[in-house]
Amino acid sequence: MPEYQTHEHDVLVVGAGGAGLRAAIEAAAGGVSVGLVCKSLLGKAHTVMAEGGIAAALANVDDRDTWKVHFSDTMRGGQYVNNWRMAELHAKESPDRVRELEAWGAMFDRTKDGKILQRNFGGHRYPRLAHVGDRTGLELIRTLQDHVIHQGVDVHMECTILSLLKDGDRVVGAFGYERERGRFKVFKAKAVVLATGGIGRAYKITSNSWEYTGDGHTLAYDAGADLIDMEFVQFHPTGMIWPPSVRGILVTEAVRGEGGVLKNSEGRRFMFDDIPENYRAQTADTEEEGWRYTQGDKAARRPPELLTRDHVSRCIMREVKAGRGSPHGGVFLDIAWIKSRIANGAEHIKKKLPSMYHQFKQLADLDITEEPVGPTTHYIMGGVRVDADTQMSNVPGLFAAGECAAGINGANRLGGNSLSDIIVFGKRAGEFAAAYAKTVRRADPNPQQIEIVAHRALEPFERGTAGEGPYQVQDALQAMMQDLVGIVRNEPEMRQALDGLQALRARAGRVGVGGHREYNPGWHAALDLPNLLTVSEAITRCAIERKESRGGHFRDDYPDKEKSYATFNFIVRKGGDGAMEVARAAIPEMPAELKQIIEEMK
Amino acid sequence: MAPSATSATSATFRVWRGDAERGEFRDYTTDVSEGMVVLDAVHSIQAGQANDLAVRWNCKAGKCGSCSAEVNGNPRLMCMTRLNQLDLSKPVTIEPMRAFPLIRDLVTDVSWNFQAKQGIRKFKPRPADSPDGTWRMAQVDVERVQEFRKCIECFLCQDVCHVLRDHQMFDAFVGPRHLVYAAALEMNPLDTHNRTRALKQDHGIGYCNITKCCTKVCPEGITITDNAIIPLKERVIDQLYDPIAKVFRALRGGRHV
Repeated sequence: MPEYQTHEHDVLVVGAGGAGLRAAIEAAAGGVSVGLVCKSLLGKAHTVMAEGGIAAALANVDDRDTWKVHFSDTMRGGQYVNNWRMAELHAKESPDRVRELEAWGAMFDRTKDGKILQRNFGGHRYPRLAHVGDRTGLELIRTLQDHVIHQGVDVHMECTILSLLKDGDRVVGAFGYERERGRFKVFKAKAVVLATGGIGRAYKITSNSWEYTGDGHTLAYDAGADLIDMEFVQFHPTGMIWPPSVRGILVTEAVRGEGGVLKNSEGRRFMFDDIPENYRAQTADTEEEGWRYTQGDKAARRPPELLTRDHVSRCIMREVKAGRGSPHGGVFLDIAWIKSRIANGAEHIKKKLPSMYHQFKQLADLDITEEPVGPTTHYIMGGVRVDADTQMSNVPGLFAAGECAAGINGANRLGGNSLSDIIVFGKRAGEFAAAYAKTVRRADPNPQQIEIVAHRALEPFERGTAGEGPYQVQDALQAMMQDLVGIVRNEPEMRQALDGLQALRARAGRVGVGGHREYNPGWHAALDLPNLLTVSEAITRCAIERKESRGGHFRDDYPDKEKSYATFNFIVRKGGDGAMEVARAAIPEMPAELKQIIEEMK
Repeated sequence: MAPSATSATSATFRVWRGDAERGEFRDYTTDVSEGMVVLDAVHSIQAGQANDLAVRWNCKAGKCGSCSAEVNGNPRLMCMTRLNQLDLSKPVTIEPMRAFPLIRDLVTDVSWNFQAKQGIRKFKPRPADSPDGTWRMAQVDVERVQEFRKCIECFLCQDVCHVLRDHQMFDAFVGPRHLVYAAALEMNPLDTHNRTRALKQDHGIGYCNITKCCTKVCPEGITITDNAIIPLKERVIDQLYDPIAKVFRALRGGRHV
């Protein structure tokens, strides 16, 4: 029998980014005992990297904004395969969640009359993003972190969950290990909330940190939960592309929100060349009108640089393929031009985008003026299939929130909607997990299951350094997914990827690590591999099935959107034989009042 | 002029390997290319030569404050230290933050910082200014606090603070990071608590003798000493030591500190 420490909580929250912290706060407020597991130190989660802002229809800058406009923007951005109930709840509740952050100490930028300032962002009809310069994510995570430490939550830092534990159908805890000493831990819990973020590390070029290895997706999948929309991966249009060591690091959309424009090697603003039909009425006709929009002219429409991320990424790829790209395969993001429009433009840029300024200066020795940028893997719309109101999955006792859950974003997420998503649905997950925990009795996890997972976790040590290197397998996976299941996809390449995944799974089974269990990153990389392989397979299988192009999913063998694919989502689940199954789930009929809103906002 | 990463094709890194009991520097030579930062070199060593080399990192963009270390003796974020700023003709030393107990290799036990923060009274806003539960604040007042809220909790300021590093006074002094945290609360226009007495008695603000080492190493450029610590010290003096103010307060029945 493996040795382990046991902890007991009513609700166990796995992940301590915005969604996990918000869930823990709410669960604790519900009067239950709460444990919070962080893969890294508290306050370091990927939320700190969010830059632009939190989308909420506060209507502080433009009084025409309402939840209805936000709802219809979110649905349009998601190409109408979103879970409409989640989109509705999100639009209605995000203003309260933002105000609540202020009550907990967040310091947003202000309007002239002292209210929370809001800025423009892609796909949002009105200036909607509450922000703090370009470090909004840091503000959000710090506010929640500084609040949660006074709520009686037990925090387990640098601890990684390897498996959920079940009693019959129900989730009753989790098994993991703490990095410092390498010791195993068993968490007994009446309810578990997954808030583990995304999967960006399955790709070579990504804005995501090492933690983003699809842990929650895989934990849920292995426990019998459905995943949904896994083919929808968001490639953010503007990542740094040079030098190689910074490739993928994000350049916030706020640069475009503040007036930045995209140009090709001929110096032309190519985004005017291709404006999708469903956005034509909302998009500026001229450069002049676009500029006026970014400066707050309510009569103007947004510049095409602020179209949705999926579209902007594809336009950039098209320019590069046509030979009109920048050196190193990107296009130019020009913010310096606004100096000709505003007095003291250089200072203005520095003030509005301070951390971008800092990032370019320090990492690339460049003044933020005209930067070569290109798409970077940024976010997955797909994740654990949850009930819109409660965030519970189809496995009793298992909840999910934030990026590892799915539904609100449909085929493409709007910038700014993730910070609001994590606080709206983080709160809901915490609330309903606590309520659920009060209705069930504690059950003991199956000891055999613990033994199996513990043994599997230690296998890489048995093979030692004679085994495959974990980093080499990870690199090979990232390169393959980037090449074969990236921004532009097609059937033959994805079939090739499926074969590749099988071979990589075999290699992952031979991975070995040296040293001992204490703070061993090689061991951790080995343990991340099964998760990366599972989410990669889910993405690939769903992407093969969706024989059309929609949102973040683009296929050059089916370049158009097909109406017939608008009525259902793809789900994946683990079959009885352990193989991955893909199925279709019909999208429920939207209530008449929501339909009417979408009609009115067209 | 020292050879920069653009001209050198490989470089040697002298990395601390060890745990709380024992340790030593070990040399690793690895390829370098344009634009690389110290963290890239550590990753390259980790992937190719020492899988178990322990290092903390997350964002690799100077936003999370995880990869703090001492590079050639200077407290730095490894992800924001470019190789072309270093002399690569001799080995680059990389060691853990020395103020904190070592866990392994480049990873230290920084958990004390999280406990220290918990001891500072949390934010408590005044009643809302508007019936919808919101407040009004001027941008200029917000900006003063925003400077402190830029802190990424890399703890490099704690690492160089001699009160903590040399005198190990972790029980008596919360360190520059948490004085910045306290300053953000004290100068928040909405906050209603007064932490002055606690700053003196519990958080040990008197131990800071304004050597400004913390300000020098802050990767976010927060003017820790001048903008955060000195104003707090002034509050302590005004409220706890000024005899005339004390009389006035007694007569007026002012806020108890």
